[in-house]
Amino acid sequence: MLKQIEGSHAVAQVVAMCRPNVISAYPITPQTHIVEDLALIVGQGGLHAEFVNVESEFAAASVVLGASAAGARAYSATTSQGLLLMSEVIYCIAGMRLPIVLTIANRAISAPLSIWNDQQDSMALRDAGWIQLHSEDNQEAADLHIQAFRIAEETSLPVMVCMDGFILTHAFEPVDIPDAKEIDAFLPAFTPANIVDPRSPKGIGLYADPRFYLETRYILHRAMERSETTIKKVSADFLKAFGRDSGGFIKTYKIEDADLVIVSMGSVVGTIKQLIDELEEEGKKVGLLQICSYRPFPRHEVYHALKDKLNIVVLEKSVSLGRGGILASDVRWSFPRAEKKGRNFSSFIAGLGGRNISMDDLRYMVEKVEREPVELEFLGLKKELISDKEV
Amino acid sequence: MTQSNEELDRVEKKDLFTSGHRACGGCGQAMAARMVADASGENTIACVATGCLEVFSSPYPDPSWRIPFLHSLFENAAAVASGVEAAYKALNKGPVNIIAQGGDGSTADIGFQCISGMFERGHNVLYVCYDNEAYMNTGVQRSSFTPFGARTTTTPMGNRTRKKNLPLIAADHGIPYVATATVDDFRDLQRKVKTALSIEGPKYIHILVPCPLGWGHAGELTVKICRLAKDTGLYPVFEMRDGKVTNVKKIPVKVPVEEYLKLQGRYKHLFKKGVPTPEVAEIQQIANENIERFNL
Repeated sequence: MLKQIEGSHAVAQVVAMCRPNVISAYPITPQTHIVEDLALIVGQGGLHAEFVNVESEFAAASVVLGASAAGARAYSATTSQGLLLMSEVIYCIAGMRLPIVLTIANRAISAPLSIWNDQQDSMALRDAGWIQLHSEDNQEAADLHIQAFRIAEETSLPVMVCMDGFILTHAFEPVDIPDAKEIDAFLPAFTPANIVDPRSPKGIGLYADPRFYLETRYILHRAMERSETTIKKVSADFLKAFGRDSGGFIKTYKIEDADLVIVSMGSVVGTIKQLIDELEEEGKKVGLLQICSYRPFPRHEVYHALKDKLNIVVLEKSVSLGRGGILASDVRWSFPRAEKKGRNFSSFIAGLGGRNISMDDLRYMVEKVEREPVELEFLGLKKELISDKEV
Repeated sequence: MTQSNEELDRVEKKDLFTSGHRACGGCGQAMAARMVADASGENTIACVATGCLEVFSSPYPDPSWRIPFLHSLFENAAAVASGVEAAYKALNKGPVNIIAQGGDGSTADIGFQCISGMFERGHNVLYVCYDNEAYMNTGVQRSSFTPFGARTTTTPMGNRTRKKNLPLIAADHGIPYVATATVDDFRDLQRKVKTALSIEGPKYIHILVPCPLGWGHAGELTVKICRLAKDTGLYPVFEMRDGKVTNVKKIPVKVPVEEYLKLQGRYKHLFKKGVPTPEVAEIQQIANENIERFNL
């Protein structure tokens, strides 16, 4: 049913219908509305689950780790500093192959403190062995949560569903919320393989000496790569069941005869599409490649979508300090060495700490990369705020 | 579940924590872990923190546990156990004994917040702290349970602070059961584990576990040192119910602390040519305060 609804509220309603058994919650802006809504749903009897109000995000992650290892479908949500505080547990959950679903309400990280949106938080945990799915809008955020539980449980890999903080979490948009029966038909009950159970005693979380550790990381790496099949299949099944093309590996927009392609992920792709439409009216052929699954990275899809394109610009809301664009590196890596030659790759960092990415900013970016490739530029930088000494 | 005195006093030997693990000879923690596992029985899940116990009992593929064993990190055993308990509740499974276990570092220092959270939220979990009074797994560094005067590798001149009193801090969370024990008395320790597991809610048992390597004593002295820790008054053995001390192990004949200290290399610097330094008097003062406070 279509409802005019806040993004966090939509996610909470959908998560509740995925019937997690254990939810751990710790408040942090801009994630808090999600767990507040879930607390109310559980409190009013709309979901039979244990709702555990913990003392930190570190404990929030540890509680869902324990719950999942004991056979529960487990869920939590966080952002920014909370995700960083969880980071030790985040790696552990992946290494233990626990299919936990975690919402990331993407936000900047300190210092300086900023509660506003960018994607530096989930980016910091990109190598942990979690699948990372990025939402374009609140409909996709809701849909991806339904898919995430199935992907996690079919692959024994944890999944982060990323949605831009405030821009999506606090935005009211029409969202089609499926009913519980539809979700039940799509998402079977969780039947975990390895759990702590006195009837069949097992050790979970044994330590591995140098004879064994390397193989555990290889197996996890391969599992991440192989999850491609599941991510695509679950997205295709979702399209069949709900009639919406949500998730998957990549999406493209007006890319076929584009001279220039913008690569990005998250909510900013909405603005980019609008710009592309405007430019089309002006006679310019610009396309979009949207990354839906950031981990595993859709290397082959990116290559195939872009192999005939000579002008590629990556716009991202994160940065590797001392290196530059992270998504930009991933996109370049997708091309075989010989095919990088003769191609213009540009990298723009934008929107950090909630800085608005305006149509004018994007138009400036397009016009600049039409003239020459840009190795690295911070879009919308206010030069008057920076003294020469600092740079 | 109420148990008869006879059941409570029976010494359990079930080999749920098996031989062949890699602890040092005379390791108090290995003795305690076996007693705890055997007292709690097959219907138990052990959530163990990183540390000596985890390292000597859980190398892949040879774990020593015949009950389900769950290890994740150094500081989160209490939160992981909270999650296991929440799962059992939500899935209507159980009843099951859930025992979080860790050393003094993972309990009193780095994992303190998780333990406080577990107590405060009221999870039906028993937390067992194996207290060997320093970070032994990393090579004998000071923890907040390192007693006054003890030498560790990070207090080479002797520790200048008194031990954090976690049993009383635990009791002040309003949890229903707190006990202390040592490995010289199997019956008492196992009775406390069984008692704790019969009570709904969070429970805390603190067990003094001598570490021959870190304390500098011969392996065969582990039990004797535990007795002396009790009989000097340095380690009070008691039970608390709902915040009140209900049972105290009385000292039959009080022993001066010197007899306890002189057996251990970590206190050697407190005796110059056999003459005690002023620190020994302060340690005696700590023992006297315990004796008075708990009426030992």
